[in-house]
Amino acid sequence: MTMQPQAIPSRAGVGLKPEHHQAIIETGPDIGWFEIHAENYMGAGGPPHRRLAEIRERYPISLHGVGLSIGAARPIDRDHLQRLKQLNERYRPGLFSEHLAWSTHDSIFFNDLLPVPYTEDSVARVSEHIDQVQETVGRRMLLENPSTYLTFVESTMGEIDFLTEVARRTGCGLLLDVNNVHVSATNQQTDAISYLDAFPMELVGEIHLAGYAPEDDGKGAPLLIDAHDRPIDPYVWGLYEHTIARAGPVPTLVEWDNDVPEWPVLFAEAQRADAVLARAQEARERELVAVAG
Amino acid sequence: MRSLAEVQAEFAAALRDPAAATPDGIVGPDHEPAPRRFAVYRNNVIVGLVKALKGSFPAVERIVGEDFFQAMARAYVRAEPPRSPLLIDYGVTFADFIAGFEPAASLPYLPDVAWIERAWREAYHAADAEPLGADAFAGIGEDRLGGLTLRLHPSLRLVRSRYPALTIWKMNVGDIPVGPVDLNASGEDALIVRPAAEVTVRTVPPGGADFVAALEEGRTLGESAAAALAAERAFDLAANLAGLVGAGAIAGRVMDPEESVQ
Repeated sequence: MTMQPQAIPSRAGVGLKPEHHQAIIETGPDIGWFEIHAENYMGAGGPPHRRLAEIRERYPISLHGVGLSIGAARPIDRDHLQRLKQLNERYRPGLFSEHLAWSTHDSIFFNDLLPVPYTEDSVARVSEHIDQVQETVGRRMLLENPSTYLTFVESTMGEIDFLTEVARRTGCGLLLDVNNVHVSATNQQTDAISYLDAFPMELVGEIHLAGYAPEDDGKGAPLLIDAHDRPIDPYVWGLYEHTIARAGPVPTLVEWDNDVPEWPVLFAEAQRADAVLARAQEARERELVAVAG
Repeated sequence: MRSLAEVQAEFAAALRDPAAATPDGIVGPDHEPAPRRFAVYRNNVIVGLVKALKGSFPAVERIVGEDFFQAMARAYVRAEPPRSPLLIDYGVTFADFIAGFEPAASLPYLPDVAWIERAWREAYHAADAEPLGADAFAGIGEDRLGGLTLRLHPSLRLVRSRYPALTIWKMNVGDIPVGPVDLNASGEDALIVRPAAEVTVRTVPPGGADFVAALEEGRTLGESAAAALAAERAFDLAANLAGLVGAGAIAGRVMDPEESVQ
């Protein structure tokens, strides 16, 4: 099956879960798109590919890698990069993204998005790796801002400066995870609104939203965990509206990966994001009319 | 100042060793060392990998219970962490690990149940292929039948057990009611294959495992039948061949080097 790439609309989508497959096929929900975790579709065949092909016939798909370890000092795993390239060719996703994080060291895969110190050394390594990814896969990728729980004394620059510099060097776009912004800002005791106001929205190709788990750091300060296991927090909805007011309508994904709810619950979260995007779209159209008049 | 490689080497070493101190240079917003914050990553790693094993070995977990499984899976993750970002491949050696895991020694059939679950997972993700239908061997004279070689389905896996491991597996995935099992009864050989969307698991008749093993090595039908007969006098070629075709376990046949039939 040869497919044409299908652009991701500036609407809400959700992370695709096998639990929801039947409900999606049977009810044909009016949803903009679905995102898949690349690594779940790297088997040779079987039900995952059958299901994904059915979804891909009906909706645009975005490909989100979670295991490439772009932030590692060690070289990118070439076999894994080839697998990503093949998935891109097989499903022609509308968007392709990965994380500012590392997960592999000395050939051990830690299965977590580990934090990177914000240094010139890291900018150089991450940029080299993104150059390699974009060259191999043959398309632009989006780099996602992380949830962080700690900082490194080595860091010499802020996260936004880091992301902006990597984007400048490589031409990559950014994936702005608004929940990660709230999680990191709370954990680092900085201000999420200031972060969003300083973020280079012109580079943002996609937004992520998710739920977090509140814990504490053992010293009385809150420590939020990027758990993807519950609804989006009301405060994060507020940050999202703030973001869209600045950025305009941007494809927005609701992620829910643990304690996955019934389909209608997840769909309702996406509809809520869609309503925010629709209002932004209307506002933009009114502005255009006003300018034209 | 440490390089990126040095930061990551220390971070990784401390992630792997639960007794290790938090690496230097890791701080919270108060600029003080932050062991609790580092522990989030350590916890994420172990919880995520144990969860992946739980997903792949549900019958093993049901047999030993959640707490025992958790402890055994944690020990496995520490001893044999994944070497690839493809978690669908993680747990290839879990059955072997269980065989050597002292606290599970009283359940001698447990490794074989784990092998069945591993085979199930592999069959699930294996390459797709159209299986041959019931008429696959129609019109082939008996004189030529023995010279055929068969292309087995890419999802086919065989698990041989000295125990009734397949019965135990079925009981613990809800296929059949849980009941008493005679561990001294004869062993079971399980054939796992996914001809289309569904993974199927079935016992093979006497000698069937030797037959399939020989076919897998690329030996002809005649040679494979002879090997099965040598291992098991009751081996019935027609019944075994019909069983394999019925299971969707045969993806092609080759009459001779010049002819290939899908």
